[in-house]
Amino acid sequence: MNDITLTINGISQEFNRRTIFRDLTFTISSGESLALTGKNGSGKSTLIKILSGLLTPTKGTVAYTLKGTKVLPDDIKSAIGLVSPYLQLYDEFTGLENLMILSSIRSNGSLTKERAEALLDRFGLAARRHDFVRGYSSGMKQRLKYAFALLHAPGVLLLDEPTSNLDAEGIEIVQQVVLEQGKAGILILATNDEGEAKWCSRRFQVA
Amino acid sequence: MSAVSSTVALFSKDVRSELRTRYALNALLMFVVTAVATILFALRADQPSPTVLSGMYWVVVFFTAMSSLSRIFVSEEERGTTLTLQLVASPSTVYFGKLLFNTALTVSLTLAVTVLYTLVFSEFFIIQTPSIFFVTVFLGSLGFASAATIIAAIVAKANTRGTLYPVLSFPILIVLLMTVMNATARALEGENFSEAMGDFQILVGYILVMTGGSFLLFDYVWKD
Repeated sequence: MNDITLTINGISQEFNRRTIFRDLTFTISSGESLALTGKNGSGKSTLIKILSGLLTPTKGTVAYTLKGTKVLPDDIKSAIGLVSPYLQLYDEFTGLENLMILSSIRSNGSLTKERAEALLDRFGLAARRHDFVRGYSSGMKQRLKYAFALLHAPGVLLLDEPTSNLDAEGIEIVQQVVLEQGKAGILILATNDEGEAKWCSRRFQVA
Repeated sequence: MSAVSSTVALFSKDVRSELRTRYALNALLMFVVTAVATILFALRADQPSPTVLSGMYWVVVFFTAMSSLSRIFVSEEERGTTLTLQLVASPSTVYFGKLLFNTALTVSLTLAVTVLYTLVFSEFFIIQTPSIFFVTVFLGSLGFASAATIIAAIVAKANTRGTLYPVLSFPILIVLLMTVMNATARALEGENFSEAMGDFQILVGYILVMTGGSFLLFDYVWKD
């Protein structure tokens, strides 16, 4: 198990002087899963962006510690996997090419083509791995995002609207991923769906 | 070492992406052909001086570069892949990867314009000192790419991308344009290599300042 702890302390976010949320504080460690809930516009996606290091909060701090040692936000990115509607992959490459290219940019030397193919197989994309992503349906793109997020075996998995565009089979695979990640590392998901929130061991209301 | 391999991987991704989508290449080729053809028709009966020819050469390079170099960040922004890139690569990797791609694109562009010029204006466009010409083209391309990359990163975040790019670029590139035009005229007039050393020093200084400044600024442009 990855021994990672995430602590957010008093974070607030404003856009154009409009406060999205104020003074959020929580801690989560490996082996835990957390569901971020809240009504539309409460800032769940914004909080996911902040936790993944894509956005700097207006106030407060986000700190990751690995085996008790504090990790800088830029360094933690190699341990974060993210699935979200605003994260897009390259349409002009095939599913397999996307995984291999993004992995080489991330400098993940340990990745083999076999692992990428195994992930594509797990998410039901093996038969279409050599097709361009522009020809994928929205559900297939969502499945590919999961393969991309899990490619480097991240210690922290962040999911925003985890089952959007997925069919029943896809939702079942995602539920399995959530359960596995909740035991092996940190899992945080942002959702409005009560059923998805129940997959997690803890809940946090964003307001 | 991993930063270098990441930069090369990003450059390689951009080259493969460009060869498949032709985002910049098509615009670049069409602009070069149209601009050179227009100049050819305008000068049919005239015998332009080396200064005029070198000026027109770099005008073609400038406007062609303006129509294609911004694509490197704008295409990522339009396709929504900017966040993906932010997630997998550090800002320095992104900056140097994109700079490498823009340099390769500008060198290809200047070579294409040189070949076309040599074919179309074979009577007037005679490079008498090739060493000055090719050093100027190489340094000029590097200078163009170093300025264009950071401007493209800034412009990609703005709403009025099309207008903003040439407007922002012109004042920043004017020093470079004047120097490369001067050095190119020297190459066409057959001056000695040593006489162009002053121009080359300005170009090297420009590249160092632009690249260094851009590298320091890029973090703030790229994040958030």
